[in-house]
Amino acid sequence: MAAGQANRLPRGGRIDRSRPLRFSFDGKSYAGYAGDTLASALLANGVSLLGRSFKLRRPRGIVGGGAEEPNAVMQVGEGAAARPNLLATQVELEPGLAARATRGWPSTRFDIGAALDSFGRILGAGFYYKTFKYPRAWWKLYEHFIRRAAGFGKAPDSPDPDRYEHRNAHCDVLVAGGGPAGLMAALTAARAGARVILADDDVEFGGSLLAGGDAIDGAPAMDWVAGAVAELREMPDCRLLSRGTVFGYHDHNFLTIVQRCVQEADAAAQGPARRPVAERLWRVRAKRVVLAQGAFERPLVFCNNDRPGVMLASAVSGYIHRHAVLPGRRAVVFTNNDSAYRTAIDLAGAGAEVAAIVDSRPGGAGAIGQRVKELGIPVLAGHVVSDVSGRRRVRGAGIARWTGEPWSAVEITLRIDCDLLAVSGGFSPAVHLHSQAGGKLEWDESQLCFLPGEARQPHDSAGAGNGKLSLGDCLADGLRAGKAAVEALGLNPPEIEIPATNESPAAPIKALWRVPAAKDADRCPKQFIDFQNDTTVADIRLAVREGYRNVEHVKRYTALGFGTDQGKLGNINGMAVLAETLGKPIPEVGTTTFRPAYTPVRFGAGAGESVGALYDPVRKTALHQWHEAAGAPMEVVGQWHRPRYFPRNGEDLHAAVARECLAVRNSVGIMDASTLGKIDVRGPDAVNFLERVYTHNVDRMKPGRCAYGILLGEDGMVMDDGVMARLAEDRFYLTTTTGGAAQVLDWLEKWLQTEWPELEVWLTSLTEQFSTLAVAGPNSRALLEKLGCDIPLDRESFPFMHVRTANLAGMPVSLFRVSFSGELAFEINIASGLAPDLWRKLMDVGREFELTPYGTETMHVLRAEKGFVIVGQDTDGSVTPVDLGMNWLLSKEKDFLGKRSLARPDCLRADRKQLVGLLSRAGCTVIPEGAQLIERTGQRAPVPMCGHVTSSYHSASLGHPIALALVAGGRGRRGETLFAAPPGREPIAVEIVSPAFYDPKGGRQHV
Amino acid sequence: MLLIECPWCGPRAETEFSYGGEAGIPRPADPDALSDAEWADYLFYRSNPRGAHRELWNHAQGCRRWFVVERDTVTNRIAGSFRLDETVPVPASAAEKQPEQGD
Repeated sequence: MAAGQANRLPRGGRIDRSRPLRFSFDGKSYAGYAGDTLASALLANGVSLLGRSFKLRRPRGIVGGGAEEPNAVMQVGEGAAARPNLLATQVELEPGLAARATRGWPSTRFDIGAALDSFGRILGAGFYYKTFKYPRAWWKLYEHFIRRAAGFGKAPDSPDPDRYEHRNAHCDVLVAGGGPAGLMAALTAARAGARVILADDDVEFGGSLLAGGDAIDGAPAMDWVAGAVAELREMPDCRLLSRGTVFGYHDHNFLTIVQRCVQEADAAAQGPARRPVAERLWRVRAKRVVLAQGAFERPLVFCNNDRPGVMLASAVSGYIHRHAVLPGRRAVVFTNNDSAYRTAIDLAGAGAEVAAIVDSRPGGAGAIGQRVKELGIPVLAGHVVSDVSGRRRVRGAGIARWTGEPWSAVEITLRIDCDLLAVSGGFSPAVHLHSQAGGKLEWDESQLCFLPGEARQPHDSAGAGNGKLSLGDCLADGLRAGKAAVEALGLNPPEIEIPATNESPAAPIKALWRVPAAKDADRCPKQFIDFQNDTTVADIRLAVREGYRNVEHVKRYTALGFGTDQGKLGNINGMAVLAETLGKPIPEVGTTTFRPAYTPVRFGAGAGESVGALYDPVRKTALHQWHEAAGAPMEVVGQWHRPRYFPRNGEDLHAAVARECLAVRNSVGIMDASTLGKIDVRGPDAVNFLERVYTHNVDRMKPGRCAYGILLGEDGMVMDDGVMARLAEDRFYLTTTTGGAAQVLDWLEKWLQTEWPELEVWLTSLTEQFSTLAVAGPNSRALLEKLGCDIPLDRESFPFMHVRTANLAGMPVSLFRVSFSGELAFEINIASGLAPDLWRKLMDVGREFELTPYGTETMHVLRAEKGFVIVGQDTDGSVTPVDLGMNWLLSKEKDFLGKRSLARPDCLRADRKQLVGLLSRAGCTVIPEGAQLIERTGQRAPVPMCGHVTSSYHSASLGHPIALALVAGGRGRRGETLFAAPPGREPIAVEIVSPAFYDPKGGRQHV
Repeated sequence: MLLIECPWCGPRAETEFSYGGEAGIPRPADPDALSDAEWADYLFYRSNPRGAHRELWNHAQGCRRWFVVERDTVTNRIAGSFRLDETVPVPASAAEKQPEQGD
């Protein structure tokens, strides 16, 4: 089974050799072990070419071992469950896992875009802005090519079958990162009795200790890790989240962690019926936070430093120790600091030949230099690797002596064959979360990195992420941060001794931001800074030559730090090269801003359970089942599902609506109007309050009286409308539009609480408690009488615009003589539990009158025939009641919200858009809603527009189409002709008319 | 996500609240007496300070009460929450041009 894993070491590693498994990459099957990552398994199989670079299509291989990996971006899985843009270094190997490189179209090995490499000069910094511009007509062709060739993974095109969940948690101390510093901090806090959450993005805790041969207290360091984790697991108030990446640090110590769930365990716990949770998003509010996320090793910037086989030294050590994978046979190590010497020792110990350590420092390493010498590894101090040979794989390193002058040219005097080049340019603390939280960064000239500075929120940094690069310093710093956290919480820090380590002192790092080449920086082979975005030293220099100075601008111009990388690998090198080019110190140039997310997070994890009906709940009226049984297609209004029409015998929308309209006009129809917002207003100051918010004179309404009312914003624009009924001296009932119900209640509450707290008024929503059945048409009165009503319904006893309580078919109801159709009509309010019974009785008794249920579409036509507006359809937040011709509703005797605004000069303009009716001159054309209105045809673009169509229907009652529109100065232009100009259609000649098309005197509703 | 102290319910996550804009802008007693410019100032202009900001919040998913929060617009740090009927201490930073609610 292990066959083919040529680079697998015979012994060691944290892989489970008893669990071999198979996986595929780019369609080819390979073998690996449980405990491998996709990256380690590919390296074990000798797969060094993993994809093509973003812009220049250069062959690329694995560089790193974790979140900093720029090249090994994978599409994992097939079909709907495929996950794009995963880093191979972070994908746990599973049986049957199928991965593809996301870049490299049409294939990784033969790449059409590779030719682009030769044209690199036209794809320099800012190429987006400079090339592919002319001729303009070719843009579509360019765009197709660019979009196809660029881009990372392919988003699945069907719904994600994976399940996600959100979980909220609170803790005293959240520790981000489970390496030596994080474990130490967590132990300290937990022993003090704090509630602790420890999250680490890896499968196992240990951080950097997983990758090396460190010792703690004279034993393998991982023994100490195992002890610490076991102790923490025992603690009742300690939660350990492995595979959990803290990716966002938000305000008020709110942090987000995405946890990859181990499917088997979850499935077992939850039973087979539910699909296991794939990822869990933790939303944590922490009192204190300790950031211990470690540091990223930086690559070195030399010519062709992107060739497969050039890897970070720490990653090489990690693959050897953790995965028992030897990524090369003959290695060169290139460094400007001591840490890579350990990689040389690791390589030698694993059986590789280390041809040389190339150290840019003239003095070489500290104490570790002696150990290397004892192993017989040659060290070339004061030298650099200036260039490498090989295209799909490193073949050799070109080495030059270097004096230390940053931009000097060097001469390559020595070439060493190798298939692996392990590089180290020093370490950059992972300050991302600190920076997200608003913390400042400080440049450390001795360690050549940005350190977390002053924090804005209650957090602290510890370990390598705080610039403590040695193991002993890490442990001590974790203890310090843990103690500081518990002291801030008022707890007693426990007595803990710092475990002993056996490190020798290191020689200091020396700056080497850009390795000198044989030619000058703009002509030498490409020196990559950001591998993922193909940003080179020459690109940054070009950006500076073209006038860019600010680091944020240079980033956007050169794409430095874009993509999934977000500057993890290349940012500091980029800033430093920019600083050197500008001749400024690095801290003066600064860094770009770090923002969430730290690593890519799936949309599914962000959504959690909030998908489908759990995201957008469906609201159904009490009569919903009847509507469904009647076969009514539903229209979604807000969250309500309302019947749109009730087709009979296979009718289409138009036939059904025409029939329903005629039924209402000629006999009687019934509609479920339950979704209207309903607000009960009561209290001794109810009149006073409503006077202030509604435009009409409320105090003149006697109990039993109804009125049409509109609400204005303080800006004078129509916000909502509805019926106001006065039920008693101190009690009113308001209706609102379906979509405006919650907004109106909130609006009224806000004024009551913030502006007029002295008013004794109480507001109660009744929207769902009561259902509304609208019975409309000349036979509506006869229908209710036939059904059995205990009060007289004749015109004199119960006039138009009045309200009565009554018993209808033995059921208590409120009857409102209001009409949205212009016909004799009754709106019946009834407790929602009784509504289905009443509806059925009405349908039974109504057979005699051919009682016809109608939906929202017919309601729209009927009201448009009358010129009644729908707020939000015929208005858009820029329409005053004057624009709608509702001056009669505006009291002159009192103030009301928005009144003063109606006198603003803008609201008095004669050319404001006003509500009018439109009839098409041809007579038979339904004008598309939303069509713009123009004065004349035949004008050249841009054509001035004088209005737009807001509602448009065919009126069966009138036998022709009708439309409502907002037209500049429209009310004074009756009889004039305009043209409706729907896009892509011939203009339609229309005549401006009154918006009241049907029964303009309103006689029918008063009978 | 902010952690906001509701004066009635205690500290709750921002998602339970809705924002109501700058606090301490009383509706003019006699709007008709105001010039267009004065009315526009009430209607449209807000102080938008860098630093301490008194603002209205509503515990929309809780007790549904409105109250005042003093928040630093730079750091998002919240200095305190106040009921509308409380006399609110004047922030150190500003000479407020409007009296607070309930003052």
